[in-house]
This record gives sequence, structure tokens and C-alpha cells, in this order.
Amino acid sequence: MNIGYYPGCALHGSSNDYEQSLRACLGALDVQLDEMKDWICCGATAAHSLNHKLSLALPARNLAVAERDGFKQLFAPCPLCSMQLLKAKKAAGDERVRKELSEIVEADLRGESEVLNLIQMFEKIGVARLKSAVKAPPKSITAACYYGCLLTRPPDVVHFDDFEQPTSMETIVAALGAKTVEWNYKTECCGAGMTMSNEDIVLELAHKILSNAAEHGANCLVVACPMCHVNLDMKQAAVERRFGKKLGMVVYYLSDLVGLALGLSAEQLSINRHFVTQA
Amino acid sequence: MENQALGQVPSEHLPVHFPSPIQVANCYQCGKCTAGCPVAMHMDVAPNQVVRLAQLGEWEKALRSRAIWECVGCQTCSTRCPKEVDCAGVMDALREASLARGMAAPERFSVVAFQKIFLENIRRNGRLNELELIGHFKLDVVLHTGRIPFLFKDAGLAPQLGKRKKLHLIPGKARDRGVVNRIFERCASERKP
Amino acid sequence: MSRIGVFTCWCGENIARTVDVDEVAKRVAELPGVRCSLNYKYMCADPGQALVREKIASEKLDGVVVASCSPHMHLKTFRKAAQTAGLNPYLVEMANIREQCSWVHHDRAQATAKAFEIIRLAVEKVRNDAALQPIRVPVTRRALVIGGGVAGIQAALDIADAGHEVVMVEREPSIGGKMAGLSETFPTLDCSQCILTPRMVEVGQHPRIKLYSYSEVEKVEGFVGNFKITIRQKARYVDVSKCTGCGECWNVCPLKRNSSEFDYGMGMRPAIYIPFPQAVPARPVIDKSQCAKLIRNGCGLCEKKCKAEAINFKDEDRLVEEAVGAVVVATGYKLYSIAKSQPKTTLAGYGEYGYGKYKDVIDSLQFERLVSASGPTGGVLKRPSDGAIPKSVVFISCVGSRDNAKGLPYCSKICCMYTAKHTMLYKHKVHDGQAHVFYMDIRAGGKGYDEFVRRAIEQDGARYYRGRVSKITQEHGKLIVRGADTLAGIPVTIEADMVVLAAAMRPADGIEELAQKLNIGYDEFGFLMESHPKLRPVETNTAGIFIAGACHSPKDIPEAVAQASAAASKVQVMLAADELTREPEIAAINEQTCAACFTCIRTCPYHAIDRAELRTPRGAFIKNTARVNPGLCMGCGTCVSVCPSKSADLQGFTDQQVYAMVESLA
Repeated sequence: MNIGYYPGCALHGSSNDYEQSLRACLGALDVQLDEMKDWICCGATAAHSLNHKLSLALPARNLAVAERDGFKQLFAPCPLCSMQLLKAKKAAGDERVRKELSEIVEADLRGESEVLNLIQMFEKIGVARLKSAVKAPPKSITAACYYGCLLTRPPDVVHFDDFEQPTSMETIVAALGAKTVEWNYKTECCGAGMTMSNEDIVLELAHKILSNAAEHGANCLVVACPMCHVNLDMKQAAVERRFGKKLGMVVYYLSDLVGLALGLSAEQLSINRHFVTQA
Repeated sequence: MENQALGQVPSEHLPVHFPSPIQVANCYQCGKCTAGCPVAMHMDVAPNQVVRLAQLGEWEKALRSRAIWECVGCQTCSTRCPKEVDCAGVMDALREASLARGMAAPERFSVVAFQKIFLENIRRNGRLNELELIGHFKLDVVLHTGRIPFLFKDAGLAPQLGKRKKLHLIPGKARDRGVVNRIFERCASERKP
Repeated sequence: MSRIGVFTCWCGENIARTVDVDEVAKRVAELPGVRCSLNYKYMCADPGQALVREKIASEKLDGVVVASCSPHMHLKTFRKAAQTAGLNPYLVEMANIREQCSWVHHDRAQATAKAFEIIRLAVEKVRNDAALQPIRVPVTRRALVIGGGVAGIQAALDIADAGHEVVMVEREPSIGGKMAGLSETFPTLDCSQCILTPRMVEVGQHPRIKLYSYSEVEKVEGFVGNFKITIRQKARYVDVSKCTGCGECWNVCPLKRNSSEFDYGMGMRPAIYIPFPQAVPARPVIDKSQCAKLIRNGCGLCEKKCKAEAINFKDEDRLVEEAVGAVVVATGYKLYSIAKSQPKTTLAGYGEYGYGKYKDVIDSLQFERLVSASGPTGGVLKRPSDGAIPKSVVFISCVGSRDNAKGLPYCSKICCMYTAKHTMLYKHKVHDGQAHVFYMDIRAGGKGYDEFVRRAIEQDGARYYRGRVSKITQEHGKLIVRGADTLAGIPVTIEADMVVLAAAMRPADGIEELAQKLNIGYDEFGFLMESHPKLRPVETNTAGIFIAGACHSPKDIPEAVAQASAAASKVQVMLAADELTREPEIAAINEQTCAACFTCIRTCPYHAIDRAELRTPRGAFIKNTARVNPGLCMGCGTCVSVCPSKSADLQGFTDQQVYAMVESLA
């Protein structure tokens, strides 16, 4: 299966471990990522914080170019990117806005392509197929699945899973043979784009999430977002220093866990490049 | 949008996409936004009070508040609002207006600077250049605050990032940066001079 | 008609100030067919009416137009006056020159001209009026009460005490409704069962009340004064006539761990059970989904033990018919469920409160059972998960209510009061406990109500926070309640042992189906519609059917009881006579010209038109036709507008009259 791929800035930057994990994992499932050539940044938090129109135009440009290039499905592994793309897609539902955006971005925005997040990607491949492809069930893993904000919010834009009590990631993790826990911070925010600019808030939020997962018996977190990974993995040492306690919570991308179950090595999946590699 | 329902609102304070007066009037101040907000305890004005200021047309207070820059944009408030008010959208719109009017809270300089530098960065490169972003941001904060040590904060992370091949010294840029620039031009904030 | 009298009223200054009544009377006198035209200061007063009567007699009038106020105001007055003077009352028309003219205009000349035109229309209408006779329908002097809660009980007792027979149908095995399960009632804190159960016994023993418990209304036929009700008596597997209610059966039943409906899942009951000790009738019922005998022909202990031989495992549903003249619907309410998926509703539930997955998050009716002396814990407040006594309880108002995102924008009205009551009951039981209340507004209008809420706060120490709760999670056996206090502008987090949700009041299950059977209206939430929100609050738009209690809108006990008595008094008025008279302004179908397309039958909102056959006196078939049932027709005119062959017409408002009126303006 070939699928359109919108990596977004993070995956080509400091979250390149996520991209490597995706390519390895999906490759093992015969999914080839066909990266769209002319992608630009989706505008991220900065655009929707400061310039509403721009926050629609940037993803609209990407969606329009993807549609121009014939991608019926566009896989955007970063939930912020995929939410932004879906926001543009939703905006295109209004013909007047669609025309205006098309003019701004110099390409015909149709808003017809399907936008997939990582979980949907696996759902597309099929839980049954995943199950049958498992070679090394990660039985020692008891995962707290962490959705963060934008996989399920805003619900009227992303239309994905139950926005209060999501379970789609658990379904996939369970299919691999790993255990999952019920916990309270599945959809609480990790501070996202405030990593650099408001570290206090990020550390506090990350601390709550990490400790709650541990309190509910998880030995690792599973995420499907590069931002969440940065705040929970890279910043974990800072969290430990700030709150004076050892957490040692490994943070996997969902694709890491799937890859491990398929028999790929930690190196192939870039897990060795995470900051917290063992408890 | 002219906020006629609220009378005294100076319209040039409001960005065109500001949630309609009806939306804002819909809020009955139940505080569920504040209750669910992950950062409300750090705000000078709670989310429901930000919406209240909008209801009252107290734009000066709203635009100068720290709260709008503490908001992490997690959408929890909008998602749970019983009256379906887009509280996160109100925050976005207030940030945009605050910036355009030069009213952004000075205590939250770093957040404002980061967002601005982020946008400038993608305007130049089409895609984000992380190193450039970090460099610009740190410099900006130091120039503004005089806190030299900020330059070296997290510097310890750099070798760690390098070791993990997470630092891209020569990142890719978008091919057609002209179009990016034109998009930015066309989206320039539409406020009256 | 050529001897029409026109009587123009000044209405004091109301009309005369703006309309030149002399001028009007003068011009009207010249209209063809008008025999006399007079004006007078107060036509509705005795001298005015006398004038009308006198002229009818002296001028031998065959039609009367009174030009004054709205017919809603005085049509009946003048028709009665005409009748006493020997004129058919349906030959009296009113021209409304007050509400539709003098009150809404300033220019005297124009208003005078308009008043003349209005009168001219009425003259044309009366010229084409036919002398009609009121419709008389016989009345079955019995009433049906659907629902045996406090409203149904009140209505039934009122009607029965007035001397009429009452048939009461209750879906559950016992009457008593929601009130029977309440602990104490606001604002007096008197024991709910203590005040209700004597009334239940009265119903059970009343010589004029026939109680069908564990039964539902299957079918409704007929019309006002003459309803035929089919009632489904659900198989009880216990012969009520033999059973003595001794209790041997439910004591011996080995299957004792079934969730109790009466305790809203807070307690257990056997497979053969009475819902609660004071049940009326005090006769058990077997739950066929749980009984081992009925499922797999096992057990049968109850049958062996029953000395009265009242157990009948072969019991089946039975249909019985009852004839009644009037119906009171008092089907009550249920609470909003926060569960994710709910049968037959688009309501999505509260994921942020856990969709009901936390055992110690309960609703207010469950709390009532937990603090009730007759409840599953004997009145000791123990939380459901582990039986511990909760030391910190959070009460949340407006769960589902006033929440557009959850589908219910309305206020449930009683929650503020019972939540205050709950905090008091809690404090009285757990002295070292703390009650926390999240509220948006405190709506405590009523006698002694606000004082009651203040007492909860000031004397019993309930802590009130003005804000909603955003999320409930569970950690270390505590419920973490994340709310806000908007007065302080801060988030508030409380670690609670139990959370009580004041969930919205919704109409009872099956209300739409019942309303359709009865042909009465309901709103988008399923609450039954009254005929007029101010002036006809207990009537429905279908004659002979009345509503009482929370099936109409959220209500507390005093209001439900008051409305029930109001409905009962309306029923008594109806049943006071052997015959009902109804205004004859209803549809009639010309059966000769009817094309038998039956479009009218499909469009009639009152199911008042039937198929019929025209036959010769000897019985030979001539043709099919539609026929109006005068008992059911409300005179809305829908059939008239849809009839393609122009065979339907409205008496007293015929097409001919309307055309004549329109043409008179040309």
C-alpha cells in the first residue's frame, strides 16, 4: 500500500526518531510512505494563536497541493498537523471560504482528501492484520495510552474516537499482546508548544501525566504525537529534577510498540535515541 | 465583526474572526472552562472571566491579560462547554488582537516572542528550522530581559540532542518559498491602521 | 337574510376615542339587508344586551352583528343574549373593531373607515350563516388515570371522592411512583413515605377506584366522553385475587441478588418480589427474566410454599377493555443518564464524568434510597463501592439540565431544592462529613424555599461553589472532582468519597408512544403539551384528555399535586352532565360529492374522519365516502383545505361565507 505522507516540521527536525520509527514499522507492514514534495509548515500553535487566517491558509496550502498531486489519503503522523489539515478541510465545506482560501494559497483547495492520524493508519491496515503479523508480543509492557489534546479535539473538526474516554489506541496495543491501564490523564494537555517558552507549565503538566500513569500501574507511556514525546521524554529529566522524584517512565511512540511486536529492533525503530530508554 | 450587541466595543480591537456576539452572549458563566483548564491556576484572569470581559466589552483588560498567553490551546474548554461557546477561539482571537494593538502582557514576553519568531521562521523557510528558531528566541529573550543565563539554559540538551541525531544543522527548506511569503502577505492581520 | 341588526359598541372610550361610532353606525345602516344599526356606550353591559334582545324581537331580526371587542371576549355573551330573545345563537357574529382597529390605530378617519369595512365583512358572514345546533355527545361518567405516582393518586382520589368511577393504570407492580422512594421532602423535611403511603392505601381501598397495576395502556379508541381503552395486564405469575401478600414466596426465593428497580440498583431483591413493603397492591410479581422456573423449569419453591395457591407459572398477558369519558395522563419522569449509549435517545452522556463507570458517582434518586430509612442500607449512608461512610460528598447541579451540548437546554427546576435537602440529610447522618455543592444559580422560588437553601449553607455547613464540574476521575479510591468557583475565578479540586449528580428530569420512558396513542402533543424533549400555557394548563389539544405532574414539565411534589387536582376538577366538570355539548363549528363532508380519495383522513390531526359507505335505504352499496366524527372534530379546517373535490366544509365558516366576505371588499 502506498500512502500520501505529510511529515510536518517536527518529524524532519528533532522528532526524526518518530519518522524513522514510522518508516520501519509501516515498511514491515508493506506500507510505503509517499512524501508529498511541496509541503510547508502547518502553522502549528503559533499561527492559530496569532493569526487566524494564516492558521487556515497554511494547512489549506498543504491540502490543496496534496490534492493537486493526486493524494486521496494523506497520513499526518503529528496530531497538530492533522488537526490543522482537518480544520482546512472543514473550512473548505463553505464554498465562499473555500474559494477565498484557494486564492490565497494559489492552488485549488477541494477538501476531499482523507487525513489520517497514526491510529487511523493502523486501523486502516486493520487490527486483525496487525494481530496476525505479531512475532514478538511485548508481554512485559503495561502501557498507559496517552492521546493528548489534538487527536480527539476539537471533536467537531477531528471526528475521532470518543473525545472524553478514547479507546482506539488501547485496542491496537492490546492487539499486539501488551497490557494497558485505565488512567485519568489520557486526554489532558502536556503543554504542547510551550516547551520552550513556558517551561514551568510544561513541567507541571508533564509531571501530572507521568505520575498518574505510574500510579495506575503503567510501566510505559504510549503516544502518537511528537510534541507529547518531547514534553514527556526529553523533558522527563527536568521534571524529575523539579519535583524531586524519579519517574523513569519510558515513552514509546505507538509505532515503536507495533514495530517491537513485529520483531523490529529498538535501533531500527530509533527507540535507543529516546532520552528515557529504561526505567 | 462589529460587536453591536455590546455597544461600547471599539471594533478595531477585534479581529474579523472574533466569535460572534451571539456566541459570546451564549456564555452563562458556569465556569466549566476554568474547571477543566490545565493552566487556569496560573492565569491572572480565569478563562470564564476572559469570556466575561468579552461580554462586558472590557477589551483593554482582556487584551492586556496574562491569561491569554498562558492558554496552551488544548481545546478542552471549547470541547466541554455546555453552551458550545468556542472559548479557545476567543483566546486565539484575543491574542491576535492583543498583539496587533501592542497590548501583549509584558510578563509573558517569552511566549509572545516564541510564537512570533516561530511564524517569522516559517515565513522565511517554509518549514521550521529548529536551530534558527531556538537561537532567535533565546537572543530575543535575552535582549529583552537582560537575563544572560537564559542563553545557556537547556544548553546541556544540545549535546544530548546531537548524540541522538536530533539536531539538524542543515535542515530542508520548502522548494517554493515565494508562495509561502505571498500567503503570509495575504493573511496579514486585517485591522484598521 | 335581510333583517340584520348591527350593534356598534363604544367600549367606553376604547373604541369611540379612535373610531367615529356615529358615522360607522350611519354608514352600516345603508348596507343592503341591514334592518337596524345602533351604537351604545357599553354593549356588553345589561342595558346593551337588553338593547340587542329588544331589537331582535321588535325588528324580527334574523341575524346580528356586534361590532365591539374580540369574539374571545364576548361572543358567548351576545350569543346567549340572542338565544334568550329567540334567535339561533349561531346567527350572531362579532366584528372586532377594538383589538383589530381602535387599539392599533391613531388616525380617526382611517380607523373609522377600517371599522366600517370590518363590520361589512361580518354582515356578509352573518348573511350567509346557517342556524346551527350544538352537538350533543353522551358521556361515560368514568375516568382513566394513567400513572400511579403522586399526581395520578391525587387526581384519582379527587375524581373518585367526587363520586365518579376511576380506572387507574400503573406500569410498575406498585403505585407510589418516584415519591415512594424519596427519603424526606423539602422544605419541611417530612418523611415522604409517611405522607404518601396513606394516600396509596386510600387508592387501593377506594370503592370507586379500579387499579390495574403492572399494566399498560395498549390502545385508545373513541373520543371525548366515549373513550374505549384497551389495557395490557402484564403477566404477573401471581393470582392477585388469591394472594394474601404473606411474603412466604419472596422469603423462600433463592435468587435474591437481583438489582432492585425501586432502589435504582442500590439494593437487591428476589426474583419474586414486591418493590417495597408498603406496596399497593401488596402483591408480588415474578421477574420472568430471572425466575429459574420460568427460564429453565427449575426451582418452583415459591409455588410449593404458597398456601393460597396463588402462584401461576402459566400466567400470560391479558388485554382488558374499559370505557371512560375522560383521561388524566400522569406518567411522571425519569432522570437523565450519563451513560454513553442509551436506548432511543440522541443524548450522548457525560464522558467527562466517566459515563457512569465510577460506582460512587450516583444520581439523586439513588442517593434518596441510600439515605432513606426504608432503603437498602436502612438509612445508614454507605457508598456503593465498598460500603464505607463517605466523609466528603460532592453534589453537582445541572447535570444534563441547562446543557445545550448534552441536548437539554431546560432547567429541571427542583434540583436546587433537593440538592440543598441532600446536603442537610447528609450532614444529619454524617456529622463529621463535608458536603460540597457545585451550582450555577440557586433557583429556590417557593414558599420557604430560599430560607431552606440558606439553612443548608448557614446552619448545616454545606459548601457551595458557583461553577460547573469539568471532570471526575478516580485516584487512590478517591473521586477527584475538578470544578471551578467563578466568584473567586479559580479552579477548585475536591477529593470526594462520593459524588451525587442532580441529573435532569426527563419524561418517563414510552411517553411518545403513549402520546401518539392518545393523540396529544409533546415537545422535542417528550414533555406533554398543554393546550394553553396560561389559561388551559391541564388541558391538552384533544378534548377529554388532561395532564398532571412531571409528564408535562419538571415539577416538585406540591406543584404536581396542585396540577393533578386541577385536572381532576376539569374531569369532574365534564362528568357532571350526562351529555356533553360541543360547539357545532366543525367540519362536514358532502357525502354525495366526496370522491373517496381520503386525503382528509390522512391529514386530519385529530383522527376525526372515518371511511364510510353510502347505501340505499334497502342497503345496496352506492359509494364510499369520508365521514366526520363530530365527537372528535376540533374544527381546525385542515380537511377543507386539502379536499380536492371541495366536499369538505366548515360549519359556521363555510367557503361560501369566506368568499362573500372577501368579495364584499372588492
